[in-house]
Amino acid sequence: MIRAWFKTGAPWVWLNAAAVSLSLIMVFGLLVLIAVRGLGHFWPAQVAAFEYVEKGSKQASTVIGEIVEQQVLKPELAKAAGYTPEQAAQGLTQYLVKTGNRDISGMDFRWLLGKDIKQTDYPENLMVMERREWGNFYGYLQSIKQDGTVVAQGTGAWVSLDARMQRTLDIFAQIKDIEKHDIGAINYQLERLRLKQRKFELEDKLDAQAKRSIAAEKAGFEKKYQALQANLAALNQKIRRDSLVAKAANGQEVEIALEKVVLYYQPNAMNVVQKIGHYFSKVWEFLSDDPREANTEGGVFPAIFGTVMMVMIMAVIVTPLGVIAAVYMREYAKQGVMTRIIRIAVNNLAGVPSIVYGIFGLGFFVYILGGNIDALFFPEALPAPTYGTPGMLWASLTLALLTLPVVIVSTEEGLSRIPKSIREGSLALGATKAETLWRTVLPMASPAMMTGLILAVARAAGEVAPLMLVGVVKLAPTLPMDGNFPFMHLDRKFMHLGFHIYDVGFQSPNVEAARPLVYATALLLVMVIIGLNLFAVSIRNRLREKYRALEN
Amino acid sequence: MTASRIQVSAAYQKWRKIKDQLARYGIVTGGLGVIVAIGLIFFYLMYVVYPLFVSAEAHELARYQVPEASAGKTLFLISEEQNEVAVRFTDQGKAVFFAVDSGAVLKTESVGVPDGVAITSFTVGSPAQGFVVYGLDNGGVIVVRHRYRITYPNDKRLITPQLKFPLGREALQIDPQGQAIINIAFRSNESGSTFAARTADQRVLLTNFSKEESLFADDDSFERIDATLDVNAEKLAYLLLDKEQRNLYLSTQDGDLSLFNISDKQHPVLVQHTQIMNVGEQLTSLVFLTGELSLLAGDNKGFVSQWSLVRDAMNHYSLQKLRVFKVSELPVMAIAAEQRRKGFMAIDADGVAGVYHSTAERQLLTEKVTSAVPELLVIAPRANAFLLEDSEGMIEVWAIDNEHPEVSIKSIWQEVWYESYPQPDYIWQSSSSSNDFEPKYSLTPLVFGTLKAAFYAMLLAVPLAIMGAIYTAYFMAAPLRRVVKPSIEIMEALPTVILGFLAGLWLAPFIEEHLMAVFSITLVLPVAVLLFAFAWQFLPEKLRLKVPEGYDAALLIPVILLATLFAYKISAPLEMLLFNGNIIGWFNNELGIGYDQRNSLVVGIAMGFAVIPTIFSITEDAIFSVPKHLSVGSLALGATPWQTMTRVVILTASPGIFSAVMIGLGRAVGETMIVLMATGNTPVMDLSVFQGMRTLSANIAVEMPESEVGSTHYRVLFLAALVLFSFTFVFNTLAELIRQRLREKYSSL
Repeated sequence: MIRAWFKTGAPWVWLNAAAVSLSLIMVFGLLVLIAVRGLGHFWPAQVAAFEYVEKGSKQASTVIGEIVEQQVLKPELAKAAGYTPEQAAQGLTQYLVKTGNRDISGMDFRWLLGKDIKQTDYPENLMVMERREWGNFYGYLQSIKQDGTVVAQGTGAWVSLDARMQRTLDIFAQIKDIEKHDIGAINYQLERLRLKQRKFELEDKLDAQAKRSIAAEKAGFEKKYQALQANLAALNQKIRRDSLVAKAANGQEVEIALEKVVLYYQPNAMNVVQKIGHYFSKVWEFLSDDPREANTEGGVFPAIFGTVMMVMIMAVIVTPLGVIAAVYMREYAKQGVMTRIIRIAVNNLAGVPSIVYGIFGLGFFVYILGGNIDALFFPEALPAPTYGTPGMLWASLTLALLTLPVVIVSTEEGLSRIPKSIREGSLALGATKAETLWRTVLPMASPAMMTGLILAVARAAGEVAPLMLVGVVKLAPTLPMDGNFPFMHLDRKFMHLGFHIYDVGFQSPNVEAARPLVYATALLLVMVIIGLNLFAVSIRNRLREKYRALEN
Repeated sequence: MTASRIQVSAAYQKWRKIKDQLARYGIVTGGLGVIVAIGLIFFYLMYVVYPLFVSAEAHELARYQVPEASAGKTLFLISEEQNEVAVRFTDQGKAVFFAVDSGAVLKTESVGVPDGVAITSFTVGSPAQGFVVYGLDNGGVIVVRHRYRITYPNDKRLITPQLKFPLGREALQIDPQGQAIINIAFRSNESGSTFAARTADQRVLLTNFSKEESLFADDDSFERIDATLDVNAEKLAYLLLDKEQRNLYLSTQDGDLSLFNISDKQHPVLVQHTQIMNVGEQLTSLVFLTGELSLLAGDNKGFVSQWSLVRDAMNHYSLQKLRVFKVSELPVMAIAAEQRRKGFMAIDADGVAGVYHSTAERQLLTEKVTSAVPELLVIAPRANAFLLEDSEGMIEVWAIDNEHPEVSIKSIWQEVWYESYPQPDYIWQSSSSSNDFEPKYSLTPLVFGTLKAAFYAMLLAVPLAIMGAIYTAYFMAAPLRRVVKPSIEIMEALPTVILGFLAGLWLAPFIEEHLMAVFSITLVLPVAVLLFAFAWQFLPEKLRLKVPEGYDAALLIPVILLATLFAYKISAPLEMLLFNGNIIGWFNNELGIGYDQRNSLVVGIAMGFAVIPTIFSITEDAIFSVPKHLSVGSLALGATPWQTMTRVVILTASPGIFSAVMIGLGRAVGETMIVLMATGNTPVMDLSVFQGMRTLSANIAVEMPESEVGSTHYRVLFLAALVLFSFTFVFNTLAELIRQRLREKYSSL
């Protein structure tokens, strides 16, 4: 009977169906995995205080931290670790606990064995503190100090802390503003002056008058700089006023300067509404803040900014090129050998590994084009390269080349769907071919171009390998756009979401601590790219419907 | 209307025509630009790679009489780093410094041979150190060092040569018995200096001065160790000591070579006694290759052979011949080794010089450089020039342009026997800590890694994607298809950096932990699906008909999920039962298969995942666009849907499927981020599924940022890119040609 069943072919059909199901499960499983891990990161987890008896010791000690992961130790491994076979066979549960306090204990994470945990509490007054260095702190607030003397203790400390924290954060924002914007701008101007002087020297125009005017300008900037420095020193003095004293899990009391604190909260005392509030403020921080601690904490704003800007410049370059190529293939070229060769070329462009684009971009764009641009237009900066080094412009150009086939294919498809009658109608009314194209065909094909563009953007946003060679860095000191003339700095290096994932996930000194952030970044990237793709698909579908109606 | 209106119109018409023409030219140019772009990539890569394979070039810079010929006959000739100043040491104990380009004497200094004492032998230390040693007939030696100080008075480079006496101006007594030293070898480093000397009464002495730590700088005291080698010194002609002061090579003119291990300076040990020349052949030159790990032996038959210490399986070292170069029909007169690369020059009795690279086994140049008999040959430190002294007392200076000798087709694709390796091997090791070890550029392990990664990816992707496509295009209900197809296609848009990150940080540890589960899922899934399918037909008709035709895939989702869960649950007990609870250990102990956390299995799954949508989408299109009348005809003739599928539809669509697989393969071969993150990136050649690999693309990503522009490494990386490009070019072109033919076929059907 089974043989007969196999003869009908039904089992094979079922197996084929299983392949589809499996593929779908994989796709959605992956998305769910990223979503769960990425979204979970911002939720304020309960922080537990464990009474823990270390293996080999009788004395219980307190361990404070969040449970990050739990797993059952494999019997084999448990035996190897020196547990009795009975214990091993039961399955020993292990908990990975994020204990923070790296400055005290030297590590962020600890494995605790379930059976050795005597008691687990969730004390309400437990405090989690995010710091600018050394990672999180877990402990109990003891007192507040101002200029070294205790000013508040016990519950009063909380009230006092809130106000002082706000003050410290305000001053911190001011300092950052001065350092980044004002002093950054002055440094930028000084550098420009230096280049100007060098340029005069090169052109042999550095006479006394030029020297004087440059010196005067320089003095002006330096004076401003002095003023800012003085201001900064005063602020730095002010920010150091307050500190807090907290007790860590091992009973040690630590004094932490408030200027080092980013945020503190008591997760166990929060209700759901507060937690939701906290959640969204963390999401906002993630989207809008600069990274901290070698990118393992804080936000990804510069990476978002870099990605978006790079993709936008790329779009500006790739759209006209792609559309022209597609128009040529559909409207001008005689269908034959030539179009076949072009099609092969397009397919090859689409199929060339992205890293090859990277190496081509580095060699051709950066070293050859960039090197020559430097020699021609920026001789004053040499030997420091201006455009002869990887940067935003070259990254965009490389990706434009890489995404060219996407735009071509999509636009071509759009053009092929426009009924012939429309072109013929236009030509019959006396329009030239260019006019027909410009007035009727292209407007009708614009949604297709849009689709191509969106797909190209989605592809570019996710591409990392070539960017590693042509301009992405792990930490860019300045954004490629700022208030300094000429505002767009296409020669600058930039940060990128995809590279951020690679860098933090694989090159970071503290991968374990950084992992949740990587998931969050991955989720962000996936959402952007899938969103763009769905958008493109919906445009395409609408377009198809429209032309179907036209044809009839 | 009026005439003026028509006139305006005429001008306007002209303008329209111009616009039309402009648009045409612009668009045609733009269209052809696509071909230009792909051509530009290819030719640019070629342009960067090309210099790797060009030969060397040489031209004469200067030719002059030996400067200050009265100072004696030249024993040794060398130029300094900038190749501006050279020095010749003479048999009268003089150092004559002269300008390389003109031969003008800059300075002549004496090394200070005491009166009444004759020079009987001569040697030099490692080239970069500039030591020169004279052996005297009273058993003493004089060690001098030539150094060059560079100053920039008036912004112009000025090189001032100096002669220094590192061991003092007094001659050092090597032979306590005061016999003349007729051969000598010398090496020195931070920890001490060693002399090996053959005396007139046929003893071979070994004298070592090791530095003793002193509290006061500049006041180092030396401990002296003396030993005598137990060897027949009768006919010895060559004494060579390596710079580690570990191996001492003694050879006669007939190639009768003894190798001593002198690590213990008090007790030198004879390691090997061997014959490096065939009967009737005579050694004419024996020098070290840079790094002093191998010897270059030139003979009177015109061969230069490279000998190196090779360790065998028993950890014994022995001198073995790595390769031979045929230089000429005439005797080799002199061999000169480059100072920073494993290249060398050899010159024959006829004055024909050849430039070679040992490892690449390349002959880069042969050129007749003198009509007299060449006597001394030396390569400038930067290997950009060489100096030659001939029997007519002329010095010739030649410039050499030899940028990339270390790469050849053979060294890139075939096994190469590197120094201190037990046998020829394929090795990629692009950077080394010093000039002594050369970078090893074999692309073979990288190509192997690339294909291995692609193979495992395709192993997962091809069946899943094609089967999925068959079902989706042919059996699936239309509403479901409209959802399923875009869903799978969205996978294609998923950035590979995310797949790589998940593969490296989530999947790899997961698989290491649950390797058994991977096996059990692979086994259980098809069985579970078939069981379900078999059981399905026995369900009551009513229930079965509730699920419309073409929704089987949806039905299977819970089945697969449950089966996976089941397989996962049974994996631990199964592992306990079959592999004693540790499958990885079992593989390691029983089969000798090592396990790497980031291995081919992980890459295969992750990259397979990335390739599935590509293959799926194109295959699905190919099957879906098979003209309906073919399948309907087949069904009408009584074939089952599955028969129609396999006998009609797939056959018709097979070129499309093939091109889908080609494009998928192209993608797998070129994928960078996944392999970069999900493998250990070690360039090993191991087929095991539990080992990692390094692919061409990942290699470029890893090494490109740190390679110096224009260096050999840089160009070899471009070559790797060119190889990748060629792979994908072939796959994609093939795929596109097939698709074009298929399209024609369908349009005719």
